[in-house]
Amino acid sequence: MTWANVAIQGILLGGLYALFATGLALVFGVMRMVNLAHGDLGILAAFVALFIVQSFGLPLLWASVVTIIVMFLVGYVLQRGLLNHTLGADDTRPIVVTFGLSIIIQNGLIMWFSADSQGLDAGTIENISVKVSDQLSIGWFPLIVFLAAVAVIGALEFFLARFKLGRAFRATSDDREAAELMGINNKHIYALAMAIALAIVAVAGVLLAIRTTFDPTQGSFRLIYAFEAVIMGGMGSMWGTLLGGIVLGVSQTIGTQAFGAGWGLVVGHLVFLTVLAVRPSGFFAKTVTA
Amino acid sequence: MSSEEQTSKATEGVRTPITRRSFLKTAGVAGLAVGAMGGLGSVVAACGSDSEEDGGGTADAGAGRAIKVGFVSPLTGPLAAFGETDQWLVEQWQAAVKDGVMCGDGLVHPIEIIIKDSQSDSNRAATVAGDLVTNDGIDIMMVASTPDTVSPVADQAEALQVPCVSNDCPWQPYFFGRGGDPAVGFTWTYHAFWGLEDVTAVFTGMWDQLKTNKKIGAMWPNDADGLGWADPKTGQPPMLKAAGYTVVDGGRFQDGTEDYTPQISKFKSADCDILSGVFIPPDFVNFWKQSYQQGFKPVAATVGKALLFPAEMEAIGDIGYGLTTECWWSPWHPFTSSLSGQTCQELADAWTTGAGKEWNQTLLHYAVFEIVVDSLKRATDVEDKQTILDAIKATDMNTIQGHITWSAGAPLNPVPNVCRTVLVGGMWTKGTDYPFEMLLVDTAHAKEAPFDVTIPTNGKVEPIQY
Repeated sequence: MTWANVAIQGILLGGLYALFATGLALVFGVMRMVNLAHGDLGILAAFVALFIVQSFGLPLLWASVVTIIVMFLVGYVLQRGLLNHTLGADDTRPIVVTFGLSIIIQNGLIMWFSADSQGLDAGTIENISVKVSDQLSIGWFPLIVFLAAVAVIGALEFFLARFKLGRAFRATSDDREAAELMGINNKHIYALAMAIALAIVAVAGVLLAIRTTFDPTQGSFRLIYAFEAVIMGGMGSMWGTLLGGIVLGVSQTIGTQAFGAGWGLVVGHLVFLTVLAVRPSGFFAKTVTA
Repeated sequence: MSSEEQTSKATEGVRTPITRRSFLKTAGVAGLAVGAMGGLGSVVAACGSDSEEDGGGTADAGAGRAIKVGFVSPLTGPLAAFGETDQWLVEQWQAAVKDGVMCGDGLVHPIEIIIKDSQSDSNRAATVAGDLVTNDGIDIMMVASTPDTVSPVADQAEALQVPCVSNDCPWQPYFFGRGGDPAVGFTWTYHAFWGLEDVTAVFTGMWDQLKTNKKIGAMWPNDADGLGWADPKTGQPPMLKAAGYTVVDGGRFQDGTEDYTPQISKFKSADCDILSGVFIPPDFVNFWKQSYQQGFKPVAATVGKALLFPAEMEAIGDIGYGLTTECWWSPWHPFTSSLSGQTCQELADAWTTGAGKEWNQTLLHYAVFEIVVDSLKRATDVEDKQTILDAIKATDMNTIQGHITWSAGAPLNPVPNVCRTVLVGGMWTKGTDYPFEMLLVDTAHAKEAPFDVTIPTNGKVEPIQY
């Protein structure tokens, strides 16, 4: 029963990893761009929510909605105003620019908010759980995070599959010149993709901020799990990213239970490397890099 | 003639003279680092040239050259909470010595304090410490704030042969972590803080006031602090065992671990009444919330590092009430400043007024400059580092951190270069002025030898309310 409990907590943790990874996967899928500032943008969203709660006294739920909208706009402007100009023949340019962006965000947050740990308070929901048996309890908050991940990814998949704009995303991803010839404005599509990616990472950032304390320097730390989830899941597949996150979460918790405390993160990384060796394209690769 | 040129002239041959360019460069960097923290661009500003005239005017004694004191602090980065009061302290220090200090050579020397940011990175701390010595030409080094800041800076001072005074780092990581040999000690570096024997005494002192089964679920991470605390020979496990407690070890987890279900299950099935250990703040919050979710409800949770500062407690929220931790300094400690005569309470009040924030334990860093000034007053030749070092070595004084000497022998000086200072136990409670206020709940250890300090408690340990 203890093992089942540990595995379930790992699955729920995977939801958080997947939420952080989804935006990264979307941006990579649509414009082949690696956004190294992705984790920091999630932490930025947490600070935006904190600022709204503290300055305007909005309830956390509404502050989160405003944060998501703000981050959506930030994403659009960021891509259209800056990152679009870095796209082109040289793949390293966006990497360098987003790396710089990551440093700017971290230090900007330290200047405005100081390096103090901060927290967003969602009340008792954070601490209560459903008790299945003595050894098995499922916390409400981890469950909410997981369901949020499923909902966000489901909605995104539906959008990509069924909507005209979603098809434009995929068309641009498959062949940007052909898409342009068909009348799709790539610059606009890219900006929208980044906007959606940041809206999703805003959800992740706010949930992370409720889950534990956060400070300006935590963003880059988030990035490695996000990368692992994306790569295990397979580029371009959102459900794959969720599965990648779950595999990572479960490997970490089971690894700790089986081999001891120091092994959790190591086992997570080892499983990732194994997947990379056995299935380099991930579980459900959809996009094929030309 | 500017004061930096005087300095370089006076110290020629001891180290590379400062060129105008390199001085401007480093001063600029320090200024930038400091300025970035909130517009206090000129903390670095030397009181040198102003007070030189003051010094000459106020005393019959002649004016000496400016003495430069370097201070490395984590002003930014994950350890920034430890450096929070440091810039304010530099202002206090400069105000206290604005007329210069009459040193042992009979001359009134202005004191210039140069603060540099370690960015919470030990490599960076070593780099800026080297800069302070080779480019700024400091006479004395000061450092505080955890092994990650203190150890690299002290190592640099030792290598570059500059006297270094430090606190705020448990003495075992400071001494053994730097490869110290108790038979030999270090030459240039002196330190004042408590050790693991003190924190163990304080923790068990608090637990002994509660009804528990004396079983501890212990969480020590795989980092410099955790490994030091968990060391089977010099760390806490043998001390806890000697005090009659059983330790259920959660294992050396990595900082940044997201899920603690395996450890929590282990503590639950072992029926631990006490949670102890040392965490970085976000990891503790994760652990503690998951404990609630998984139904692990210890009678006491006493944790190092994560629960030191009010800002962190506010981030933890309501589930932080009743948690206990170590307390190295408080407004209720019966000590006074040798520089200004302020009591601990007055220093805390000055901080609250000046910075608009609740007091916190890092105000203890104040004492390092007290030691520096006291030593300078006794140093007969400030041009000779060995003479300054001898003065530091001979320190025997009362500071805002308590009594400090390095010549009393064990147990006050368990190893050379280290002076233990008092430690008490604090509990976080709902405050009247602030959401979280720390009360002193166990001060028995301070009363024991070798400290013999009576500190009144102002609260009582209580089981955590769920």
